[in-house]
Amino acid sequence: MDFRLSEQEEAFRKEVDDFIQKELPAGWTEESLYWPGGYGAIPDFEEINPAADRFRKRLAEKGWLAIAWPEEYGGGGRSHIEQAIFYERLSYYRAPGPDVGTLIAGPTILRFGSDETKREWLPRIAKAEIRFWLAYSEPNSGSDLASIRSTAIEDGDDLIINGQKTWSSGAHVSDYAWMVVRTDPAVAPHKGISLVIVDNKSEGITIKPLINILGFHSFNEVFFDDVRVPKSNIVGEMNQGWYYLMAALDYERLVVSIGGLRRTLEELLEYVRGTDGNGQPLSGDPMVRDRLAELAVEIEVADVFFWQTAWMLDRGLIPNIEASVLKLVTTELSRKLANTAMDVMGPYAQLERDSKLAPITGRVCTGYLDCISALVGAGTSEIQRNIIAMRGLGLPWS
Amino acid sequence: MDLGLSEEQEMLKRSARDVLQHECPKTLVKQLDESEEGYSPELWRKMAELGWLGLLFPEEYGGSGGSFVDLTVLLEEMGYNILPGPFFSTVILGGLPLLSAGSEEQKEDLLPKVAGGEKILTMALTEPSVSYEASAVKTTAIAANDGYVINGTKLFVPDANVADTILCVARTKEAADPEDGITIFLVDADSPGVEVTLLKTLARDKQCEVIFNNVSVPGENILGDLDRGWPVVQEMLQKATVAKCAEMVGGAQAALEMAVSYAKERVQFNRPIGSFQAIQHYCANMVSDVDGSRFVTYKAAWKVSEGLPAAMDVAVAKAWTSGAYGRVTLTAHQIFGAIGFTMDHDLHLYYRRAKASEMMFGDGAYHRAIVARELGL
Ligand SMILES: Cc1cc2nc3c(=O)[nH]c(=O)nc-3n(C[C@H](O)[C@H](O)[C@H](O)COP(=O)(O)OP(=O)(O)OC[C@H]3O[C@@H](n4cnc5c(N)ncnc54)[C@H](O)[C@@H]3O)c2cc1C
Repeated sequence: MDFRLSEQEEAFRKEVDDFIQKELPAGWTEESLYWPGGYGAIPDFEEINPAADRFRKRLAEKGWLAIAWPEEYGGGGRSHIEQAIFYERLSYYRAPGPDVGTLIAGPTILRFGSDETKREWLPRIAKAEIRFWLAYSEPNSGSDLASIRSTAIEDGDDLIINGQKTWSSGAHVSDYAWMVVRTDPAVAPHKGISLVIVDNKSEGITIKPLINILGFHSFNEVFFDDVRVPKSNIVGEMNQGWYYLMAALDYERLVVSIGGLRRTLEELLEYVRGTDGNGQPLSGDPMVRDRLAELAVEIEVADVFFWQTAWMLDRGLIPNIEASVLKLVTTELSRKLANTAMDVMGPYAQLERDSKLAPITGRVCTGYLDCISALVGAGTSEIQRNIIAMRGLGLPWS
Repeated sequence: MDLGLSEEQEMLKRSARDVLQHECPKTLVKQLDESEEGYSPELWRKMAELGWLGLLFPEEYGGSGGSFVDLTVLLEEMGYNILPGPFFSTVILGGLPLLSAGSEEQKEDLLPKVAGGEKILTMALTEPSVSYEASAVKTTAIAANDGYVINGTKLFVPDANVADTILCVARTKEAADPEDGITIFLVDADSPGVEVTLLKTLARDKQCEVIFNNVSVPGENILGDLDRGWPVVQEMLQKATVAKCAEMVGGAQAALEMAVSYAKERVQFNRPIGSFQAIQHYCANMVSDVDGSRFVTYKAAWKVSEGLPAAMDVAVAKAWTSGAYGRVTLTAHQIFGAIGFTMDHDLHLYYRRAKASEMMFGDGAYHRAIVARELGL
């Protein structure tokens, strides 16, 4: 057993760190409202930020955007440990880059897609040419995703799609939907689902904004009215979508902002050292010390889970229960971080970014709102616990 | 022993619920939250007509002579429905000290106007240290000519942006005991040198920074006695703390009801989500949080109302209710899933207020420290 990074990995970590510091626009990390685990303040969802876009392109040029994919598909051909190093550093700086395409669609295509599908989509994702959004949830299908009602009916070489998706993060700034649709209504719900890629520019798609509780336009309702899609856009086999989806969700749940948790903790530490609390630095207050120590301990625990999943992937294992545990632990930590920050900073923490006197760019104020979404998106905490109990522990469904 | 509300209190509760539901729908709440003023003058007049603004004042000052428990009942409903505006600031932060320490002239002048909805009050107490201790009052008032000149910065002053009169707590004498030498001044908000900046807060409540820059105040504007203002502040703070708990209890009750009715309606996996044990346990936890909060709050309110020593009960109420309101709104969010994460939904109004209320008048840790002290630790 050895928890150290190899010399080569250490060198890579340094290279990544230097690159980010050099390429990320000045002040980005301090200005960003991104809260680890949250879905409400991801800069890409709000608008296409030219600075973020340039940075993403630079990552692509480096071959880092799809860092662990084979080189033949535009990937960086690196290990999952190296990928984890890269993600950890990016999230530490709250840097943009990885997205639905590189984190979810790409790895799923790589695993289940035909050669043709791989050649068509992967290089464009790796080069930062296209963006995807996740078209899973519907008004009546959240946790119970197998109950989706959006349909795709075969018509010659095409599918014709009808239905509604919701909570569609970033649909308004993306090029393609990564969509689950019902292709066979006659069989058991999860046996009649397909995964299909739909061009946002297709006729019959209407995108309507939804404003989240931070006040940002991050997600949307999307309506599909007789939308025609070539059958070649089906990922893998028709009607096998549910199984691909389960894997895609596991990939999504591995995306945790471990560096972001650490960064915010560091900012809190700096804050309590430099802030007066009744005549002594706040860092001398036993309550403050206790709460921050508690956070630090939990971040260390989450950190081990994080490296564990990367290590598994390098051994060809697909984290499943591990993905759920990691998601659960880090999102609950995201919420705890927000609450502790609120308690430690006191009334100043309720000040928003553009208010006079707001500490650390008002990030705690928005983080306190955004952390709610961490425990809901990508499968709620209750669903993660169900997965752990049933898939992991073998407890009965009913 | 009688742990229930009186018939009049039940009536007050019902009518407040009814009036607020009709006159202050969530569309208005949201509109007021986003506005600069944060209150509706029309609704303010209505509240004057209903006697809410003068509920606590004796009849001779235009009030109806209600008890503190009556006020608690009303505040619970205000928290339940959510009523943005300067009611709390005017009646509690301003009205109570006026009533307890004001001269006959001051009371005759101001209280009827407050009861009639013509004057909005607030108190400027906390400073950048955000401490509620006497030692934290650094703002000074120095005698000059016939009056005083005030200098200092007050922070997190509720509703100063719309207040006509600000009760400014200032230091008039340096003494070994920090509680000695504090004086309350009635400051006209329009006085030269008063600079009010509205802060943009999580709960969209109208908290302000108020800078007093060489503000001249005539000597007759002292409320109570020179140098002896702190006991008046303390007495007010104790009541304000319980009053804040009452609002929180109402808000928590509303969040609970919203979540439970949604859990009965929302179907996933072919069954209402309320049939899942995870959700049932959440709801059960919420019930015990809400009910526990209500019990400790009313006990504290009753003690305060009867003039009994209440330090322990008030601290227990605020420590417990602060945590409970936060937990209840957060759990409700979890039950609502993504739909609760939208601006259009009402739940975030409560979630935001839970945090703001927790911070107001000392958070859980602050009051647990008082409990420890009361226990003789
Ligand atoms: C900010 C944000 C961004 C999002 N972005 C996207 C996106 O880009 N694309 C997309 O497709 N979706 C997206 N989602 C949707 C997300 O996947 C769903 O919100 C999530 O799956 C939960 O569904 P729901 O909100 O309908 O809640 P529901 O499924 O209605 O759940 C409500 C409550 O019931 C509980 N519950 C449900 N079933 C069970 C059970 N079996 N056992 C115990 N408890 C249960 C849940 O845990 C929850 O507490 C986003 C959500 C958020 C908040």
